[in-house]
Formats: sequence, structure tokens, C-alpha cells
Amino acid sequence: MQRLACFEKIRDARGGAIVVATYTSAFEWHRVDPDPRNFVSVGAMGQASSHALGFAIGLPEQKIIVLDGDGSLLMNLSTLTTIANAAPKNLVHFVVENGTYEANGGHPTPAQGTADFAGMASAAGYAEAHAYEGLNQFATDLPDLLAAPGPVFAALKVEAGYAPPLNYDYGWLHHADRRREFREAVRPLLSD
Amino acid sequence: MADAAGPSGRDLISALKRAGVRHIAALPDITTSAGLLWPLSEDPDLTLIRLSKEDEGVSICAALSYCDKRAVLLMQQTGLMDSLNNIRAVACENEQPVCMLVGLLGKEPDKAPSESASFGVRIVEPVLDAMEIDHILIEEPNDVAQLPAAIDRAYETSRPMVALIGRRVEP
Repeated sequence: MQRLACFEKIRDARGGAIVVATYTSAFEWHRVDPDPRNFVSVGAMGQASSHALGFAIGLPEQKIIVLDGDGSLLMNLSTLTTIANAAPKNLVHFVVENGTYEANGGHPTPAQGTADFAGMASAAGYAEAHAYEGLNQFATDLPDLLAAPGPVFAALKVEAGYAPPLNYDYGWLHHADRRREFREAVRPLLSD
Repeated sequence: MADAAGPSGRDLISALKRAGVRHIAALPDITTSAGLLWPLSEDPDLTLIRLSKEDEGVSICAALSYCDKRAVLLMQQTGLMDSLNNIRAVACENEQPVCMLVGLLGKEPDKAPSESASFGVRIVEPVLDAMEIDHILIEEPNDVAQLPAAIDRAYETSRPMVALIGRRVEP
């Protein structure tokens, strides 16, 4: 399964959800769905899910989707118990699992071929945790994943190296305009 | 000789509320545990987010600021040290108003942090200075009065702020 194809399915089912993406996933996601409600979590690897938890708590009526990476999740694995404890019903946590640090040369993660991320999320206390290897099954289940009370977790096992790793514009990704655009997009969602 | 009096947890909670804070992301710290964290965990006006690791709280507080909600991260100075990369990225470089209450474990009640025999305590203020992070020191009961203005300043300038808690907080 390819990350791009997964993201196209998520785009089609997104509704008005806020989407938090990080690094390689963020580049790919913005290519698929350049929406002002996209938040880019960059600067400190692993923090996308923690940002997403903050949004889920701060905007409890708003669906929050996080597009994490497997290397990123490994760098903040404690997020699983924190999210499970906070138990936000509006949070869906996707982990794009390709087994590599794609943006840093494609080296394997220490979890490649051994770790079970959905099992970790389930054991941590997520309301639901799933793993997908095929696009058809993922596409079939996606509406239920987005509708179920969270926190919901889904590992998306994708092919490594699908996107070119060296053509990324990090200046664009890190730019203050990304945060300003997001803040302006979120403002109408704030209650008095 | 009796230990010098520390700040009051009741006053700290009152100061946080005066500053508009309603969310606390925290990992327990013995300097603030009995006097602050336990009472605020039972306060119906505050939402406590129990962290597994301190740097998660930096991102959570930053995200809450986008939602127009004020938050503080409560932790020990060891957690501050462990969170420096995320503070550098999210709070400093991305200019987000992340406010932190940091208990100084091992600081002698009668010494300034810079004069502590503890290396881990002694380096905290120089590290914050190097990162150009606004910080205040709360040791005595009267020091709590500085806190609301420091939080307001952080949100008005969209910059991080650290309030160092230099003595054990009294209930």
C-alpha cells in the first residue's frame, strides 16, 4: 500500500477535521490536501500526536486527525499512555509505518519488522487499534474509524521510499506562515 | 532553625486562575506535589492532563494556545532539561506561549539557585538565559504575586516563560 493512496482516502473522508501531520507525512499530505486546517508539527520530531492531543482537548467538538510516522512515534512513545489516559473521543491517530527514517536516508527504524504499533496502542488503552496492509480494507473501514469514539489508532503499513526524500522544502514547512494560516483557520471554531 | 517558608499552593492556584489558566499538564515533582499538584488535581475549575513525559506537555500547551486556552506545564527541573529540544523548537523558534512551573529539586531553601551545591539546580537559570527564556523565581509566599503578570506577558508576546519554584510548596 502506498502512503499517497492512503492519504487520498483520508482526504475524501476528512470532512472538516483538523489534520496534524509531521515531516514526510506533512509534505505528502499538503500535496494531497492543501487546506488551512492542516497543522504542521515540525522542529522537534515525535510531537505531532502531542499537538493533536492539545487540539483535541481544546476543541472537543472538532474531529482531530494526526498523521504520524513510525519513526516519529518511536521518538515519543509515551504519548500512547498520555492520550489513552486523557481519552479524547475526537482523536484519530494514524501512523504511517514504512519501517524507515525516510527523510534521513532511508535507514531502518529499530522497530522495522518486529514491533506491533497497533498492539502497543491497544495495550496502552486506546479505545480502538487496528493495522492495515491493504488499501481496500482500509478504505472500507475508514468511515467507521473516523466516526468511532476515540482515541482510535490505525497503523498504515506502506511501501518505503515512495516519495523522493531529497526534494523537500523545509523552509516552507517551518515557515511562520504555516502557523499563522492555521491559527486563522481555527479562529472561527473557537467558542465564546 | 526552621526551614524558610515556601509559597502557598492555594495562592499559586489562585494566581493561575487570575491569569486565565484552566489547563495544567503535569508530571509529579516532589517540590510541588503535596502543596500544588494534589490540590489542583481536585479543583473542579481546572483540567489536569497527566503526562507520561514532560516534553509532551510543551506541545499540548502550545496546541491549547491555538484554541485560545491558557495552560501551564508543571514539572521538575529534570523534566525541563529533558524537554529542552521541544522548548527550543515549539516555544522559542515557533514563538508559542508555553508557560512552565518548574520545581527545583535539591535546591537549598536558603540559597539562590545560582549558589546551590547541586549542579542540576545551578545550571537552570544560565540555560534559560542562553535560550532567551523569560523566567521568575518563586521562593517566598510574596513571590507568587509575580506569576499572573509573567503568564500574561508570555501570552501577549507569544513567548515561553518559566516560573522556578525554589522551595517546597505549602498546602
